[in-house]
Amino acid sequence: MPQNVFEPWNDPAAKPLIRFQNVTKRFGDFTAVDDLSIDIYEREFFALLGPSGCGKTTMMRMLAGFETPTSGTIWLDGQDISPIPPNKRSVNMMFQSYALFPHLTVYDNIAFGLKRSNMPKDQIDARVKEMLRLVQIERFGSRKPEQISGGQRQRVALARALAKAPKLLLLDEPLSALDKKLRQDTQFELMDIQEKTGTTFVVVTHDQEEAMTVASRVAVMDQGKLKQVDTPGQIYEAPNSIYVADFIGEVNIIEGNATAQGNTVSIVWAEGQPDIIGTPSKPISNGKVSFAIRPEKIAITADKPADRHNAVQGRVLDIAYLGNVSTYHVELPGGMIIKAQAANSRRRDSRPFTWDDEVWLSWTDTAGIVLDR
Amino acid sequence: MNLRRFTLISVPYFWLLCLFLVPFLIVLKISLSDVALSIPPYTPTLELSEGWAGVRDFLSQLDFENFRFLATDDLYWKSYLSSVQIALISTTICLLIGFPIAYGMANAPQEWQPTLMLLVILPFWTSFLIRVYSLIGILSQEGMLNQFLMWIGIINEPLTILNTNIAVYIGIVYTYLPFMILPIYATLIKLDGSLLEAAEDLGCSRTEAFWRITIPLSKAGIIAGCFLVFIPALGEFVIPSLLGGSDTLMIGKVLYEEFFANRDWPVAGAVAVILLLILIIPIVLYQRNEQKMMEADK
Amino acid sequence: MRRLTWFNATSLTLGFAFLYIPMLVVIIYSFNESRLVTVWGGFSTKWYGELLQNEAFLDAAWVTFKVGFASSIFATILGTMGAYVLVRGGRFYGRTLFSGMMYAPLVMPEVITGLSLLLLFISIGLDRGMFTIILAHATFSMCYVSVVVSSRLVSFDRSVEEAALDLGCTPFEAFRLVTLPIIAPAVISGWLLALTLSLDDLVIASFVAGPSATTLPIKVFSSIRLGVSPEINALSTIMIAIVTIGTITASITTKRAVLRRKHEQQMAEQTT
Repeated sequence: MPQNVFEPWNDPAAKPLIRFQNVTKRFGDFTAVDDLSIDIYEREFFALLGPSGCGKTTMMRMLAGFETPTSGTIWLDGQDISPIPPNKRSVNMMFQSYALFPHLTVYDNIAFGLKRSNMPKDQIDARVKEMLRLVQIERFGSRKPEQISGGQRQRVALARALAKAPKLLLLDEPLSALDKKLRQDTQFELMDIQEKTGTTFVVVTHDQEEAMTVASRVAVMDQGKLKQVDTPGQIYEAPNSIYVADFIGEVNIIEGNATAQGNTVSIVWAEGQPDIIGTPSKPISNGKVSFAIRPEKIAITADKPADRHNAVQGRVLDIAYLGNVSTYHVELPGGMIIKAQAANSRRRDSRPFTWDDEVWLSWTDTAGIVLDR
Repeated sequence: MNLRRFTLISVPYFWLLCLFLVPFLIVLKISLSDVALSIPPYTPTLELSEGWAGVRDFLSQLDFENFRFLATDDLYWKSYLSSVQIALISTTICLLIGFPIAYGMANAPQEWQPTLMLLVILPFWTSFLIRVYSLIGILSQEGMLNQFLMWIGIINEPLTILNTNIAVYIGIVYTYLPFMILPIYATLIKLDGSLLEAAEDLGCSRTEAFWRITIPLSKAGIIAGCFLVFIPALGEFVIPSLLGGSDTLMIGKVLYEEFFANRDWPVAGAVAVILLLILIIPIVLYQRNEQKMMEADK
Repeated sequence: MRRLTWFNATSLTLGFAFLYIPMLVVIIYSFNESRLVTVWGGFSTKWYGELLQNEAFLDAAWVTFKVGFASSIFATILGTMGAYVLVRGGRFYGRTLFSGMMYAPLVMPEVITGLSLLLLFISIGLDRGMFTIILAHATFSMCYVSVVVSSRLVSFDRSVEEAALDLGCTPFEAFRLVTLPIIAPAVISGWLLALTLSLDDLVIASFVAGPSATTLPIKVFSSIRLGVSPEINALSTIMIAIVTIGTITASITTKRAVLRRKHEQQMAEQTT
């Protein structure tokens, strides 16, 4: 394994910074987190991704100390943290609402946590200034939170949480309050700061794009359970369930019956249509399967491509023009609708297909994912 | 539970138990006792020194005689009825006067709103007693109101207004008007103007839009305002005793006189207990309305 | 968009005339030379002079002030604690009873509150005087303070307190350093409300006051019963003036603060 690749989760000798061990959290009858185990390593940028109510925020609040697990143990650096109150944990949190103290200046907000520790005054000052520089808000130190913009507030919140140099920084929907353009710029800055400080970041988000951009690993959660924990690339290209495939990006799901043929499977899915040839990532038992394929992996052509086994004919029903790409909704003879995406490398006037055109959709044998049902 | 949390909860809790709940239980107990020529002027008194026998003896002497007395003497139930009547009528008048004011305020130009608000709040902070007092001079025989009415020629002889029930109505409406205006104004100002435009767009006339949109949407404020006037008006003491006449029967005044003038503590206690029982219905209804408003805000 | 129709203008004019004419009459007649309260006998300030000579009124005013000050301090502390318990206290044994007791005095007729407290003081053998009035006033006005403070507590973001804990505060430090400064405006208005309620109260005070302590409202009430008098007009004018100045100052201060904040927010948007 080359040294410059950061993949501690593949290294059996690496010790995790955080270990959730069979953690369950119930609120009355509602199970927010259900018997969940996960390891997070030092210097990771880890994303908990899922719809609202999936338990991701509860996981984060348990790490911060605002909730205690109903059962199970959370280890931080080899220590069980359940009995430690939030003010004694070397974990800091950046709140979704930023939770800046409205009566204190930006400077005092950042100094707040340092003053609670026994740090000498001059060191506090140096540290606050360093933080202001890190997040590039030196000019606003003497302002109150309400006198700065949303983007600047986000930076103050980050600087305040980082000031105490915590072992672990928790970020609760860190960018959700920003508008789209600012959000994209800030994502990269966040990654930059994470790298510079070497702090372990755990970010909670419902925005899959955000999770994919910033994280070294993403955990997809649903109803208190982990669906898949993997790198963004693997999550996108090799989802282990329809749920994950559907949650991240767009996907066409075709259901059928599979028969193994060596490394590939052949899937019978509709009468009068040729079988789909797919390549499962792990051996698959014969029987019902789902075939998932992303729209951008499907080519759309006027004639039947000769070199591809997987090809179906249909009629263009709708075209969604998104600028850089267009999504074509193509209706197959059986009534099924398949989405295919094509890059708009040419100007719009010379678009090759229009409504009601008969087109061919095709993909390679390895383009789709075969999932057990 | 840690000590700090315990202190935080127990200090106000204990204070209210001692100075709110216990006093009320004492009233309840005295209302079940007999009047006596002693100090304090009722029996029995609980003799804890006699132990369990004392408690049993004490309990056996309690009865509902005072309540039976209230039911038989028509002074009391007439006072209750008349209090309810006076409170109801004044609340209605308050609504009829207060709604147009609140409506006018909510529809006044934006830059006037703070000033108008100030004009409503100012009487609210001004001493209640002084505001009642200011009416005495206006309503008396030779007062401003009579002088004005005679000057414009509506009447030839001064009217007797002070020391009648009319003066009590005027007094209640005058002092409680801000309590009616403020909640109605609060709901009207939140009303989205485009709703009225939508209603007109869909074929309503201005008046129809007012009755079909504005009134239903300000219902919560109207209800809150009515209770805020009705509940204190029912137990009012100052207004009937300063503006009302000797024939003005209001239960607050009766209670006060029963206690101080007649020194009949058990009957005064019973009067208080019944007054509270009457008040429970509007209080519960008011609480429900408040909860609905809170939920609507969320 | 909003405009003043004839109907609205009329109802506002008549409504405010109704609210203000009686008080204006009192103010005008307080400068009346004549003792006759309905005949104008020329301008004079002599009733103010007589009021300041009146020992009984001055004594009562002093008692009222002391009672108001002490009871409003108690009420503010207890009411703030109560509000905190209701909003942030979570579950504890007897919570329903507690919140009931916090709200009940708001709707309780004053005669009943007064009567029940008097009976309590008698049965425990507490001498009636300034102390009992302070206890009584603190009890009913703490509930008003609690309403004002809890509405502020409800509206402010809980995560601000969590952030303080997260940054190393103990729960008490979090309250002192973060919660209290944020709710301070509400605590101050609660205190002002408690003070006003105490200064105005007649009914409860007349139950629980003993011969040793007479408050100004009790004094005023007994002299009003005898009819309108120019001294009372003068006293009313002074009190109306104090309230007016106080309310207007408060509203100007808040308005300025709001304007300044708006301005600063605009500046913030521009510097982004």
